[in-house]
Amino acid sequence: MVAGGAADQVFVNLDHWIVGHTPVPLQTLVSIVISIATIIVVFAGLFALTTVFERKGLGRIQNRYGPNRVGPCGVFQPLADAVKSLTKEDVVPRSADHVVHYLAPLVLVGVVFLTYAVLPVGRNMTAVNLDAGVLFFFAVGAGTELAIFMAGWSSHNKYSLLGAMRAIAQMISYEIPLILSSVAVIMTAGTLSTVAIVEKQARYSSTLAHWYVFTPWGLAGFILFMIAATAETNRSPFDLPEGESEIIAGYFIEYSGFKFALFFLAEYLEMFAVSGLGITLFLGGWSAPFSFLTWIPSWIWFFGKLLTLIFAFIWVRGTLPRLRMDQLMNFAWKFMLPMTLIVILSAGIWHFLTAAVVGPKPLGAVIRWLVCALVIFAPFITLARTLERGRKIEKRTYRFAE
Amino acid sequence: MTLAFLILAVLTVAGGVAAMTLRRLVHCALALTVAFAGLAALYLNLGAEFAGLAQLLVYVGAIAILIVFAILLTHGGESDPEKVFSPAGIAGGVIALAVFAVLGWAVTTSSVAHGWGAGAAAQTSAPQTSVREIGLTLMQRYVLPLEVIALMLTAAMIGAVILAWREKRSVDPGAPSAPPSPELRV
Repeated sequence: MVAGGAADQVFVNLDHWIVGHTPVPLQTLVSIVISIATIIVVFAGLFALTTVFERKGLGRIQNRYGPNRVGPCGVFQPLADAVKSLTKEDVVPRSADHVVHYLAPLVLVGVVFLTYAVLPVGRNMTAVNLDAGVLFFFAVGAGTELAIFMAGWSSHNKYSLLGAMRAIAQMISYEIPLILSSVAVIMTAGTLSTVAIVEKQARYSSTLAHWYVFTPWGLAGFILFMIAATAETNRSPFDLPEGESEIIAGYFIEYSGFKFALFFLAEYLEMFAVSGLGITLFLGGWSAPFSFLTWIPSWIWFFGKLLTLIFAFIWVRGTLPRLRMDQLMNFAWKFMLPMTLIVILSAGIWHFLTAAVVGPKPLGAVIRWLVCALVIFAPFITLARTLERGRKIEKRTYRFAE
Repeated sequence: MTLAFLILAVLTVAGGVAAMTLRRLVHCALALTVAFAGLAALYLNLGAEFAGLAQLLVYVGAIAILIVFAILLTHGGESDPEKVFSPAGIAGGVIALAVFAVLGWAVTTSSVAHGWGAGAAAQTSAPQTSVREIGLTLMQRYVLPLEVIALMLTAAMIGAVILAWREKRSVDPGAPSAPPSPELRV
């Protein structure tokens, strides 16, 4: 029926079993409901896990304990948080635009959940196999900007409006490098379908998988993609829209209780979704890196990679200070955009440097790798030098309040 | 006419009507976005995957944000709550009717409509274009028009940047959105 071992296909077979035992007219509906319910339950659960993981991790980085009161080592903290946010009073400002204020978190969470439809979380485990899956992801993801605007504008608070404007400016600026860095993958794979892109990477020559991150353009593209993804999800060091020290909390200041929790949920879900896309595009999706590791179920690989990327996000958040607005914009337009274009160029060169051009396998592959790496590295050095020119690095003087 | 089509059609029309009748401009913009999204869903429902997703990406992701920014930056969000129907509305109505007439004429006289009228056999042969085919056509047959459009858009963008830049220089050098001074660079 389907490729892969029993453990690999356990959820797929369970799904087929449940659908097979329902009456025929209801089968489509049940199948859809199962897909949606699984996505919501799994990723909301992952959200709960990540909040405690992040607080513990940040605590460790900042030399403190983090949550340690609820349950062993504080693992039940998410439950306490959930009860707290559910029982808290839902305060809506009197001057707020009530309908839009109410709709904003719902639209945000709904839109973010939609992006999961095209993520292949395992072999044969994609909710919707769209012909234009990557396009769908970006098209639906565009709705988050509008939801953030709705939240910021409807609160009728200057800080929330400032936060929303910052968020939109930032998300639009970083959407371009995000999409352009995935263009290199789409170009090489020759398809927009997320399932087909993963299948293209799940092949092995000797032991190593054909992950795009193992190519020079893929490595550079992956780094650029993850930087843009960090900015796109408004996470530190790109958390200007929230900027607690300047604009308190940005677009969701006027939200409390469960609506605030929804914003929190949406932010994390967005992070998982965009990491999932990064895994799909560059890290081979559900495939194993080496052919002798293919016995591990595909969904374990996907979620393992996802947790690794989440850890990287937490690490970066605990390590880097927030950028300034002008630094943010300069970085997007003067560095990220040219670099993504160069990555696309390098991917094109990679495509045409076949064995017929550079020679047989061992040496030819090395030449191909080095040429493509040079195409990225030389402009990178030039660009970085140019941007650095005229910048004076002086000894900083600090003045402390007395 | 399926249930999905009916729901989407009602949503789209409701969004369009709300965009015209609501009082606050931001509400109108948001209602217009609903209409855009409904239209995209209708395209998807009809099997036009690329058109639907492009509609979503361009209209919901870019045009709606542009409208919202324009409203906020021109302080138009709070003004004129009374005048929903203005004398210019008559001229606007006439223009809208004329555009609708031209579009309707184009649709009814197109080969697709005639094909549908000819019989049930032609009805089933609606073109099934995948994203791949659209890409290949754009990059092979229509590559020159594509490049010309790209060049034109780039020129327009550079022109817009230059216009905005010079204005800022001459009017107010210290405006917050002016290009950052050298010591503020990354």
